[in-house]
Amino acid sequence: MSERAATVSPPEEHTEEDAQNEQEPDARSGSEEPTPEPVTSGAQAVVRALENAGVEYAFGVQGGAIMPVYDALYDSDIRHVTMAHEQGAAHAADAYGIVSGEPGVCLATSGPGATNLVTGIADADMDSDPLIALTGQVPTEFVGNDAFQETDTTGVTTPITKENTFAADPDRVGDDVGEAFALANEGRPGPTLVDLPKDVTNADTETEPGEPETPDTYEFQERADPEIVAEAAERLENADRPAMLLGGGVIKGEASETCREFAIEHEIPVITTMPGLGSFPEDHELSMEMAGMHGTGYANMAITHCDTLLAVGTRFDDRLTGGIETFAPDAEVIHVDIDPAEISKNIHADYPLIGDADTVVSQLAEAVESSPEATKWRAQCQQWKSDYSMAYDAPEDEPVRPEFVVEALDEATGDSAIVTTGVGQHQMWACQYWTFTEPRTWVSSHGLGTMGYGLPAAIGARLAADDDQEVVCVDGDGSFLMTMQGLSVAVREDLDITVAVLNNEYIGMVRQWQDAFFEGRHAASDYNWMPEFDKLAEAFGARGFRIDDYDEVADTIAEAVAYDGPSVIDVHIDPEANVYPMVPSGGDNGQFALTEDQL
Amino acid sequence: MSGGLDGPAPEERPTPAGRRNEQGIRIDPEVEVTHEPRRTVISALVKHEPGVLAEVSGLFSRRQFNIESLTVGPTTDEDRARITLVVEEPDPGIDQIKKQLRKLVPVASVRELEPDAMQRELALVKVDAEDPAQVAAVADMYDATAVDSSPETATYEVTGSRQKIEAAIETFGQFGIREVDRTGTTALARGTDETTGPTPAEASVSAAEEAKQTKYTADDD
Ligand SMILES: Cc1ncc(C[n+]2csc(CCOP(=O)(O)OP(=O)(O)O)c2C)c(N)n1
Ligand SMILES: [Mg+2]
Repeated sequence: MSERAATVSPPEEHTEEDAQNEQEPDARSGSEEPTPEPVTSGAQAVVRALENAGVEYAFGVQGGAIMPVYDALYDSDIRHVTMAHEQGAAHAADAYGIVSGEPGVCLATSGPGATNLVTGIADADMDSDPLIALTGQVPTEFVGNDAFQETDTTGVTTPITKENTFAADPDRVGDDVGEAFALANEGRPGPTLVDLPKDVTNADTETEPGEPETPDTYEFQERADPEIVAEAAERLENADRPAMLLGGGVIKGEASETCREFAIEHEIPVITTMPGLGSFPEDHELSMEMAGMHGTGYANMAITHCDTLLAVGTRFDDRLTGGIETFAPDAEVIHVDIDPAEISKNIHADYPLIGDADTVVSQLAEAVESSPEATKWRAQCQQWKSDYSMAYDAPEDEPVRPEFVVEALDEATGDSAIVTTGVGQHQMWACQYWTFTEPRTWVSSHGLGTMGYGLPAAIGARLAADDDQEVVCVDGDGSFLMTMQGLSVAVREDLDITVAVLNNEYIGMVRQWQDAFFEGRHAASDYNWMPEFDKLAEAFGARGFRIDDYDEVADTIAEAVAYDGPSVIDVHIDPEANVYPMVPSGGDNGQFALTEDQL
Repeated sequence: MSGGLDGPAPEERPTPAGRRNEQGIRIDPEVEVTHEPRRTVISALVKHEPGVLAEVSGLFSRRQFNIESLTVGPTTDEDRARITLVVEEPDPGIDQIKKQLRKLVPVASVRELEPDAMQRELALVKVDAEDPAQVAAVADMYDATAVDSSPETATYEVTGSRQKIEAAIETFGQFGIREVDRTGTTALARGTDETTGPTPAEASVSAAEEAKQTKYTADDD
């Protein structure tokens, strides 16, 4: 990152050595942290609770009802990134949480500020991302009177948060925030919200918030029932056609390494869900890559024909399973999940293992004494990998294939590069053609499918990532238009991100469905006209690039990635390109279509 | 349209023999299990604070759970309220209801009561009082207590099982019912059996057990 970016970085942690080198400045004594000023207001208690929880960044937009909190933030070491839109603040915080593993924090004022957060909160809820939203609220005495910028924020967000709270008491408001932090992070992660009436944040209080703690009604289970573990282990030992299915819970539960070791030790082919991308290295021969609607043919064959499926941290979403009747129809399912409600919700678990992914897979690893004898099955899986190869034609004199662009971006960046996306065809090409090898490098909107997620997510991801990790947003033209105001933030904060807009001048995914299922009637899916994104980028103060032909791809991408700041590449791809393989909604995974006429 | 990949077409691929039912359970070709809806009482102990009732009722509408009645009231512990729900769902649905309820942060415990649990409902029934003696005779039949009377109306309080309340309302119907208000079912487990369910951690274990049970009944039948 460039020098300007360094000025928005949080203060480096002081090591003993640093402290010795320092000339004992101000309050610092030895290596001890300076004692913070005592809190004097509700707002200061809010900020102190965030500091206690180790929060380094917050993303938000100012406004009347949240002003006291911002005023308290003014004196804090927490770096606030002023976003151009609250939706972007929520997505940036969400992505920050995905990449760092610690809850991201977003702030907004009451009314429209809070409602603008809603899409981002719902997104985090669907993907179980740790996120905390702090919203201003009108003073308590006005609540219920339809006051200026009053919205029933806790009412609106109840169905899309893990938990939310209306903070009614200045002496408790700090603990409310601490509790929201703990809840967002512990067990199955998710978004939490604290609604902060202005009189409460303005009120005098000297009550320091305690350590972040979940309420006494909240508990979750770490270890699975050893008896069921033993039965599941026996089933695995005796499997003829074993497969592992790794979901987003593997990444959130920091179980990638344990799962990888387990798969490799017992030579079990590994399939991932879309949120599970990065949980297992896709360049490993056991990797069957992603299954589901636009999963690889070989992943879908493996999942359809396995006789034992060890599924970890997945909720068996319909885009993964297709029709329930035909999902892994021969398989006994061993389901590992921290949330008991996911067990047998969509797919019946023959071996329900409730607990933390890493703990339970370790339990299994200990219990499994011999590897399944599955040489034939593995050979079959390899055969499928070649039968249903993802290779595509890219004739040089034709419009640029999007798959080629994704591969070129992957090649131009390091293994630990982070990819964010919008929603649509471009997102699917990113899933299919980027080779994911590390957890927390794939940042996308899975469950909600939110167009516009990519750019703000890249901003949040950039601030959570290590300096040597590149951050690339593979965006769609339509998705980029939805939140592109975030470019102003990337430029102001001098964030080193590369946005590649796969520009087909189409609501491409919708156009693909219209061609397949609506007799090619392109109702409201043809944009016909798009701004020149490279020039738009320049107007924002970012670097703009444009690609029209194959021979420009490698060099332009290299230049954009090398540029130390935000850049946008307007990539004019083949507008008619479609995503394959495809399992139509509710279809049979094993009957994926390789071309439109197979649908 | 462009794109598409090479490889054996769908009809050239092997297909597995198995199948699942719509509840995601593998179908044993011999015995296909379907779960019929059943009526049951679920009791939840929750934090006694604003918003919890909205959260619980929101859960039921959002997840399309069939709910017959919901009652809520304080307990002897000032931090806890008890919610009693009567639901009608097939077994997997009841299982989901319990798990989703438990998952709500302010819910401390959830339990499905035994069919023999004590269940009571109260109804206020306001009828035309043209023939007070006849009305009183019916009231007597159902142990109903007079709560209010006016020259034109008589209002009775009936307490009992849902069946009794329904029978009473039907019988009062002959006089012309003006208004009815029913509380919905309240319930407690019998004797030393505790209505309060296990803590969330204990519940997870029993949820796993239950999930297994479903499998075995599916295979054994
Ligand atoms: C906020 C939002 N609105 C509408 C949709 C429905 N939708 C799904 S994909 C898509 C097209 C996206 O267009 P673009 O970003 O250009 O991606 P492409 O499919 O062309 O790659 C639309 C409109 C959505 N997912 N999110
Ligand atoms: Mg497009």
